Amino acid sequence: MTSRRNFIKISAMGAGVLAVGAGGYKVIKTLSSPEEVEKLVVDLKRTPTYCEICFWKCAGWVYKTSEGKIWKIIGNDEDLHSNGRFCPRGTGGVGMYYDEDRLKTPMIRVEERGKQIFREASWDEAFSFIAEKMKIIAKEHGTECIALFTHGSGGKYFGDLLKAFGSTNIAAPSYAQCRGPREVAFIATFGEGLDSPEPTDIRDTKCLVLIGSHIGENMHNGQVQEMSDAIDKGATIITVDPRFSTAAGKSKYWLPIKPATDLALLLSWIHVIINEEYYDKKYVEKYTYGFAQLADAVKNYTPEWAYGITTIKPDIIRKTAKEMANAAPAVIVHPGRHVTWYGDDTQRERAVAILNALLGSWGRRGGFYRSETFELPSYPHPAFPETNRTWRDAFPGKFVLADLALASGVCEATIPVTTRDCSYKGWIINGTNLIETLPNQKQTIEAIQNLDLMVVIDTMPMEITGWADVILPECTYLERYDSLRTSPHRKPQIALRMPAAEPKYNTRSAYWMARQLAIKLGLEAYFPYENIEEMLDWQLKEIGSSLEEMQRIGVKTMPRETGDLYFADNEDIEFYTNTGKIELYSTSFVNEGFDPIPKYTAHPEPPQGFYRLIYGRAPMHTFTRTSNNPNLFDLMDENSLWVNPKVAKEWYLKNEQEIFVMNQDGVKSQFPIKVRITERIRWDSVYMVHGFGHADKKLSRTYGRGASDTKLITNVMVDPIMGGTGMRGNFVTFLTNLDETEVAS
Amino acid sequence: MRYAMAVDTRKCVGCSDCVVACQTENNVPIGYCRDWVVEVIDGTYPQLEMEIRSERCNHCVNAPCVRCCPTGASHMVDGGIVLVKQSECIGCGACMESCPYDARYPHPSGYVDKCTFCEHRIKNGMSPACVEVCPTKCLHFGDLDDPNSDVSVVLKKRKSKTLIPEAGTDPQLYFLI
Repeated sequence: MTSRRNFIKISAMGAGVLAVGAGGYKVIKTLSSPEEVEKLVVDLKRTPTYCEICFWKCAGWVYKTSEGKIWKIIGNDEDLHSNGRFCPRGTGGVGMYYDEDRLKTPMIRVEERGKQIFREASWDEAFSFIAEKMKIIAKEHGTECIALFTHGSGGKYFGDLLKAFGSTNIAAPSYAQCRGPREVAFIATFGEGLDSPEPTDIRDTKCLVLIGSHIGENMHNGQVQEMSDAIDKGATIITVDPRFSTAAGKSKYWLPIKPATDLALLLSWIHVIINEEYYDKKYVEKYTYGFAQLADAVKNYTPEWAYGITTIKPDIIRKTAKEMANAAPAVIVHPGRHVTWYGDDTQRERAVAILNALLGSWGRRGGFYRSETFELPSYPHPAFPETNRTWRDAFPGKFVLADLALASGVCEATIPVTTRDCSYKGWIINGTNLIETLPNQKQTIEAIQNLDLMVVIDTMPMEITGWADVILPECTYLERYDSLRTSPHRKPQIALRMPAAEPKYNTRSAYWMARQLAIKLGLEAYFPYENIEEMLDWQLKEIGSSLEEMQRIGVKTMPRETGDLYFADNEDIEFYTNTGKIELYSTSFVNEGFDPIPKYTAHPEPPQGFYRLIYGRAPMHTFTRTSNNPNLFDLMDENSLWVNPKVAKEWYLKNEQEIFVMNQDGVKSQFPIKVRITERIRWDSVYMVHGFGHADKKLSRTYGRGASDTKLITNVMVDPIMGGTGMRGNFVTFLTNLDETEVAS
Repeated sequence: MRYAMAVDTRKCVGCSDCVVACQTENNVPIGYCRDWVVEVIDGTYPQLEMEIRSERCNHCVNAPCVRCCPTGASHMVDGGIVLVKQSECIGCGACMESCPYDARYPHPSGYVDKCTFCEHRIKNGMSPACVEVCPTKCLHFGDLDDPNSDVSVVLKKRKSKTLIPEAGTDPQLYFLI
């Protein structure tokens, strides 16, 4: 028989069988016998942490062997993010600590940007170098010309440093490249955004509607767990996706929609729910504004109209609308998370919000609960200086509804143009691989080439570190303290991260680095505590706990102070919108010249011989940051290009065949990618998991494996409302005969 | 006492957390695994069905790997758990050949290794590492002789199947369908 260790398993059930989680690579760990393992169980030493492998930040315990070596990470039962169960990435977090490719010591670039030639430097030399450059930029251009890009816990301290220096330009790609449109849409509708973790009451829902959201493949731990609970309780799942996602496989209804037409389906659902009077009349009457205008605006969006656009049959549109209505208010039309697709994403998310409002699910059990965040006192420091310019000055009159800075906007405003008096001159980048995070790599690199200073703080070499002037090696989350976690949830909680081991190599924590840099810049007063432990202990004592207590328990649950999780029957509620109501008709949009109610507009379609490039997540990886982690690499070591069998036949493609991919602008993948012929993808699209195709040779395991979707995303459709970068309008074709060197050049 | 495991295919999302949790718990060398995930797709777009299974040793009642082991290294202990005694294993691979489920692998140290149902944990009252970590709670473990055990309860409530029953090994890894 064929061995599972050859990766393919034959089964009686039919086509398309794939075994995952079994590889065959070099051995890098020393081994223990079961007797030794047994000994480990008795001699338990554990320290609390919260995970940094993704943004879900699950709290858990790091266990060590009797020799003090980090052994495994297990969830903390008290933690609401994980309920004591970590996801594969969190479980494999040990690999981040043991990865021998880690950044090991500060480095300063000695040749031109992009050539990865660095020399080792002392911490003092690195900080002096950075501080000098920052002072020159401040003198010549102003302090605001330095920006911070961050995605991770260290952002807090580098952010404080930047604010103390005199710049508020702090951007996270998680906004304009990810969840920004939905935040703006929900703020416009309900007066508040969704934040993270989203307050979706999935465990008690009777109907979960997923639109392109692939829970289970995106391993948003709490949501995956609650979806499983909902399946147990017999909830109906409706999945809208051109790809047969894992969630689609668990759904009562899978709507294999034609890509880029989701808004037509949403408007048609709204039409049916109004026309059939499925909506929650009492809720709509009491809480919403603009129902009559909405009813009028959607009157022509019939299921028959939507059928021609979406390829979803009218009776299915009606049936699924009825399913939602039957479940209401315990229904969730899930807003998703990575929603920057087509440039009209805020309007699509508005349709999602409106649908939830009509069904009365906002503030109701099984819909959206009211989350609460614990407010910690900030450590005392002098007031931050006033600043005169922000990223908004680069975009006069544009994106005014964006509630956070645009990473893509800062990038664009770094390339000098005559109409702008100042462009960014310095970037500090912490925990985000901008080359692979921002679409349009050419623009990112052009921006970088215009900088006077670029500092990258990370744990791993990445594409972005190759462009840095100075690289500061951060220790992993298993080797450091960080700010207390206070994210919103059903009950407010705080969680502690503390080191389970001393930092390996010559690496340091973000707090230490930010403080040392502050000292060089004469801003020491903003970091009054020499050690972060003292600061945490002060903070914890202010709220009646202590560092000692948190080291013992890891997670502390606080009482709710904002009332019940759900609206009481007939409760009077003032929403934070202009009208104080849930705005079906958005007054803030109309004030800014945008459609107050979403309208459908068609998006470009692939030219002949091209296929829409769809990308997504795999449960065992986070973006590009985990692909070299030895434990997670072992679970998934490259991505593949999903191709429908009909398309494969037309192109004579074979399963596992390595090909290159080229997009509509002639941009080619740098490395070949293996074809996966599968019925799980539509014939007008191809799919790949994001985060592979690493071009940095310092990543010894993952270098050159698979293809990077980001490299192929050169057509960016910018959302006029908030500046989100729509990335799903790129079309690719297959290059099967090209010489590898020609393509790679 | 008869230990068994039931895997809920309706809930498993194939995330492979069971795989990595086993690897870290049991110090399984990187590149090898004692459990793995299988995804089966049936049908033609858009009429499709998918089954995802977390698989491992079936701890068969009639275990061919135990029968064919020339040294007695492969053996069965209380509760029907099939184990390999490393010191007696000569790495001949007969057990690997005989296993219908391909559940064993050659450990680089020279012996054959496989799932132990985390015997070291269950005798201390804990669940196997894969069961404890699973985010979807799709793994159920326990003693079939105890009608109140998690696995007994769920097997009574739900329809289930085993893999390759025709091999006659009486496997104790059940799949809820």
